[in-house]
Amino acid sequence: MKAGAARALRWTRVNLFSTPLNAALTLFIAYLAVRLLPGTVGWAVLRASLTAADDRACAASGGACWAFILDWSRFILFGRFPYAQQWRPAIVLVIFAALLLASFSRLLPGRWLALAWAGGLGAVALLMWGGVLGMPYVDTALWNGLPLTLILAAGGLGISFPLALLLALGRRSSLPAVRTLSIVYIEGARGVPFIAWLFLMLVLLPLFLPPGVAIAKLWRAEIAFALFIAAYLAEVVRGGLQAIPRGQYEAADALGLGYLHKTALVILPQALAVTIPAQVNTFIGAFKDTALISIVGLFDLLQDTNTALNDPAWRMAYVEGYVFVGAVYFVFCYSMSLYSRRLERRLGRERR
Amino acid sequence: MVPADQRAPASPPKRQVAPWNDERVRSLAFQSLTLALVVGLLAYLALNAADNLSRQGIATGFGFLGREASFAITTALIPYSPADTYARALLVGLLNTLLVAGLGLVLATLLGLALGLARLSANWLLGRLALVYVEIMRNTPLVLQLFLWWDLLRLSTPPPREAWKPLPGVYISLRGVFFPVPVYDPLYLWMGAALALGVAAAALLGVWGRRRQARTGRALRLGLPGLALILLPPAIVFFAGGAPHLLDVPHPTRFDFSGGRSITPEFAALLAGLVAYTAAFIGEILRGSILSVRSGQSEAAAALGLTRGQALRLIVLPQAIRVAIPPLTSEYLNLAKNSSLAVAIGFPELFSVTNTVANQTGQAIEAMAIVCATYLAISLSISLLMNLYNRSMAPVER
Repeated sequence: MKAGAARALRWTRVNLFSTPLNAALTLFIAYLAVRLLPGTVGWAVLRASLTAADDRACAASGGACWAFILDWSRFILFGRFPYAQQWRPAIVLVIFAALLLASFSRLLPGRWLALAWAGGLGAVALLMWGGVLGMPYVDTALWNGLPLTLILAAGGLGISFPLALLLALGRRSSLPAVRTLSIVYIEGARGVPFIAWLFLMLVLLPLFLPPGVAIAKLWRAEIAFALFIAAYLAEVVRGGLQAIPRGQYEAADALGLGYLHKTALVILPQALAVTIPAQVNTFIGAFKDTALISIVGLFDLLQDTNTALNDPAWRMAYVEGYVFVGAVYFVFCYSMSLYSRRLERRLGRERR
Repeated sequence: MVPADQRAPASPPKRQVAPWNDERVRSLAFQSLTLALVVGLLAYLALNAADNLSRQGIATGFGFLGREASFAITTALIPYSPADTYARALLVGLLNTLLVAGLGLVLATLLGLALGLARLSANWLLGRLALVYVEIMRNTPLVLQLFLWWDLLRLSTPPPREAWKPLPGVYISLRGVFFPVPVYDPLYLWMGAALALGVAAAALLGVWGRRRQARTGRALRLGLPGLALILLPPAIVFFAGGAPHLLDVPHPTRFDFSGGRSITPEFAALLAGLVAYTAAFIGEILRGSILSVRSGQSEAAAALGLTRGQALRLIVLPQAIRVAIPPLTSEYLNLAKNSSLAVAIGFPELFSVTNTVANQTGQAIEAMAIVCATYLAISLSISLLMNLYNRSMAPVER
């Protein structure tokens, strides 16, 4: 007991009061905490309301208006998906959660995991579209909310990955035409903001298609998204390609492997393995970027919330609304970044 | 590379290979095929576009730039009225982009430095607090944060008469942020000249000090004299000229403010959002680069008898900066590109102005071409500058 107290005291001295400046900082932070914390906790929990009728009622009690989230939860999560059919996107969310958990926990070996993703995405498509098994058909324009965000992210990554491999290999290629094209594409794509890409695809793409050919908004956004991430992912993979010692290339050449075999069997597996953490980081950035589709008129989680906030009864509950959306994004992004950090540590250990 | 004409005679008379097995033929064929595919795709899209445009009766070309814009812009650095041309409206937008990116770059670097130092601090509470901030910022979308800032500034701010006063003379109300500016006085020009003179003198002093140290081996403490050389001349001019310190301070009136300068809620929200978001990334970059300098370096510095401050300034920071430059560059590029999210909250920077122009004129292709080319130019010039700086910081290898 006494040793514990002594240790705690020592920890406090070393970590909080080691120098006069440190002590002053600690006291200042403690002062801020005393001033701000009770108010914040009171707002978020103690005085918060789950049942208020509108934002004025919440303002009267001086607490958070979580009632807004409850009142509009189904619209925020699923948007304009037919109300009676919203169990379908709900199952889609469960499927995505299960797939992500399976990927992070590494319960399944790689090949099974790939199979699980393929099967899972197939089930997602079936559930969202419907038209079979007694489920009415639902147009992609009504695929709203969180499922839209997840479909966009998963689909975008799936499409962009092979493209990124080609671009990365192209940029390192000895063929000048291929190299130049890859560089122009990668630098061009990265030099322009994502929102410009989205406008190009959503507003201008129809102009570039033959008359009579129309691509649904969702798929146009998906293409824009995939083309955009591919450039960033290509640079990550290129980093991996550059990190591979020349001896590996030379050994593959000495074995008499041709370009395809050398690349597919020797170079790429190593280049992809060392860059997994960087790939995950790129993916976190891409996942956050899905929120931009709310600007170009697709109803993702954020745009659903904006729409709900247009309800005059809840206009002032925007802090609660955005905190909720932020929390959803945070859960996804933070778990991915924890995963990438763990992976990085393990890779670091294995290489030593 | 060996020139082909030197290589040719050395190579033995080769076995005849079939053309489809000849490496040069194959590489040429593959490249032609790739080029043909890309060019073909682009040509197909261009033909479609030409076809569609002529059917809809939209004229192509940049002639629309000279027509009257007839829309107002709330924030303009150069005189602008709706009677001006589209070209001028786009210029106003570009200047606003540069303004927000430039201000954001400086402020985000300062806040990022503070965050990086806080994360490295020996104080556990401060480190944790900075970590929580960084994780929240990095794991939520910027556009969401912008929406929150914007609503905070336009919905929750009080009317002018009850404006918040975070600092004396600074007012935050639903009209925007108002702050005082000094009234211009010709003396300020002379103060600037005196400052330039002081900086030059301090630089000369530094050069002299280093030469002396090289000759005699004795280091002089020139920090304080140098600072005095920089600060004293403008101060002397200031007081000799009668110390003109008139401030144009904003005053709340019934519905608005008079005097001072102001920025709109949109501008304030965009700047605050960009700075708060980017600083989190910059802080992590700076922290990581300081940690990347091996501890042996500061131990060796201590063994040489350098103080902790000297070790940081002469040994650790120069090495850390080298590590930090490439990721910092891409972070600055991100900030410049992210300023285009202003379109979500209606601040008239390049992208939102272009969007308005495209909607009004129907010349969406030309407008997007202009905006893409401009962002590319901004991106390429930032990376060029940072590459030059990077080269000047690179270690001189012997």
